[in-house]
Amino acid sequence: MFRTPTRKSLSLVAGGLLLLCLPPIAHLSGEPYLISLFSRILIYALAAVSLDLILGYGGMVSLGHAAFFGIGAYVTAILSSHNYEGIAILPWPITLAGHASALVAWPLAMMIAALLAALIGALSLRTSGMHFIMITLAFSQMLYYFFVSLEAYGGDDGLSLFSRNALPGLDLSKDTHFYYLCLALMSVFLVIAYRLVHSPFGMVIRGCRENEKRMQALGFPTFRYKLACFVIAGAAAGLAGALVANQTEYVSPGLMHWSRSGVILIMVLLGGTGTLFGPVLGAATFLLLEEFLPIYTEHWMLYLGPFLIVVVLFARHGLYGILVGRERDNG
Amino acid sequence: MLLVIEQLLNGLQLGITLFLMSAGLTLVFGIMQVINLAHGSFYMIGAYVGATVTARSGSFPLGIAAALSAAALAGMLTESLVLRRLYKKDHVDQVLATFGLIMFFNELTRIVWGRQPLFMDVPHWLSGSIEIIPGIPYPSYRIAVIGVGALVALFLYFLFAHSRIGMQIRAGASNRDMAGALGINIKRLYTLVFGMGTLLAGLAGVMAGPILAVEVGMGESILILTFVVIVIGGIGSVRGAFVGALLVGMVDTLGRAFLPGFFRLFLSAAYADGVGASLASMSIYILMAAILVWRPRGLLPAHA
Repeated sequence: MFRTPTRKSLSLVAGGLLLLCLPPIAHLSGEPYLISLFSRILIYALAAVSLDLILGYGGMVSLGHAAFFGIGAYVTAILSSHNYEGIAILPWPITLAGHASALVAWPLAMMIAALLAALIGALSLRTSGMHFIMITLAFSQMLYYFFVSLEAYGGDDGLSLFSRNALPGLDLSKDTHFYYLCLALMSVFLVIAYRLVHSPFGMVIRGCRENEKRMQALGFPTFRYKLACFVIAGAAAGLAGALVANQTEYVSPGLMHWSRSGVILIMVLLGGTGTLFGPVLGAATFLLLEEFLPIYTEHWMLYLGPFLIVVVLFARHGLYGILVGRERDNG
Repeated sequence: MLLVIEQLLNGLQLGITLFLMSAGLTLVFGIMQVINLAHGSFYMIGAYVGATVTARSGSFPLGIAAALSAAALAGMLTESLVLRRLYKKDHVDQVLATFGLIMFFNELTRIVWGRQPLFMDVPHWLSGSIEIIPGIPYPSYRIAVIGVGALVALFLYFLFAHSRIGMQIRAGASNRDMAGALGINIKRLYTLVFGMGTLLAGLAGVMAGPILAVEVGMGESILILTFVVIVIGGIGSVRGAFVGALLVGMVDTLGRAFLPGFFRLFLSAAYADGVGASLASMSIYILMAAILVWRPRGLLPAHA
């Protein structure tokens, strides 16, 4: 009946409780900015978990994941700005008006991110290894330059949102409401991802990571499986982008710059690849370091860089591996 | 017509710079099987050291010599301290560790040289222009850059195809263990190849100094172009890097110069400039995607 609590279940319960209770704690301790900081952590955690799905389970090292993140943000911002100005996005052949409702904007952001992922994935997955890294990188840079030169939507300067999206029953302009929404969406995606990697689909994906030729010999169309996985991850990153656009009420091409992809990758590796919960921990660690290290030194990157190298060389399974020990492998 | 030739030369000059960057990096990719994102940092180091020494001593050749030695030393030091431990790791670990190196080098540069960009003067004996084709004056400095790059390409060809060390590098690339068993000191060879790669990156950096602003982050913008070159040419292939670099240099320069004008032929001026500019900045990535569909391993793959 009662299982002895393991380090893993203890860490997960403690982490979940902390995230659930954060807004009241922040209000009581008089540090309400912590709520927006942790919203940001949850949003990046969503993006990092989606990258972990293709990286940790599919073995696809993408250095262009920020492209999907950025496109989700831009879709949301463009819809919102057209709604505010009352000008249709496409007057012809089909009328497409702007929209401020999250129920329209966010699914659309996910769909367009998924479409883009299908296109980029179909081309990039023809290759593997080093080629794949560089090609995903180049595609995201292509998108970055596209938005830099897209003067209609602010070009280099980016685009401001006039307000956060509307969602029935919630007031997203309140940071606490927004925080719990981010927490809910991130948790739902964690559950979906967990079910996915333990499903037959996930077994095939993990099989491709270990030995793709063998999976092909077993009769699996591995290209289609990997592409499907890539598209799912792209859609989730698109949702994270829509959330980040709402959180900061501002989007810029910088969201899809390759260094942003690098940061999301750092979160995954810092937390632990192929662990799903690890990237959440990684996102929290990275963003907290980024927030608080500058208090002590202006040149915090001088220490963060070597720290990353040390993590690579000595902590094979990231912080999550250190936290939960050997149970990491159970999922 | 004048403009076309001038832009062709500009494209050639960008292509040569990209070749210096990608020749070293493609070897590191191809021989050591390691993704090195920090290659741009050595370009930056070359440019900063070159600019500083040139400004202090007033001598451009001295600046170049200092830049080359700084880049090569920093490269060999980085190889023996960090990169060497990454050869047997996953690509994703290499990406993370070399990303960490970028952060380190960028911040170190900010501490040493500050946040303001440096500017480097063209040496006075190269500041004029030459008419290589009668009636078309072209800055002699850019001609010199093209000449140096062409010499380096020739030198690399002889080094690889006709020298003992080139033979050892090729042997190490095709089978590390076998080459080691035959008495080649693979460790030292790798450090040497890495140092040569960063030396070329430093050369590219110091030569770009008088053309661009010397600033933190200059390495990353050229790094991405270098990646495109290497993917187009085929990882590990110096010949591929040469072809890819010239192709990317030309397409990028000509696209920026002529695409807006081309769209003006049938679009309104403001709209044409927008479409032209965005297509021009995306052109090399489109080129890369097209080549990838046609030949996934690049134009001249190393181990075909």
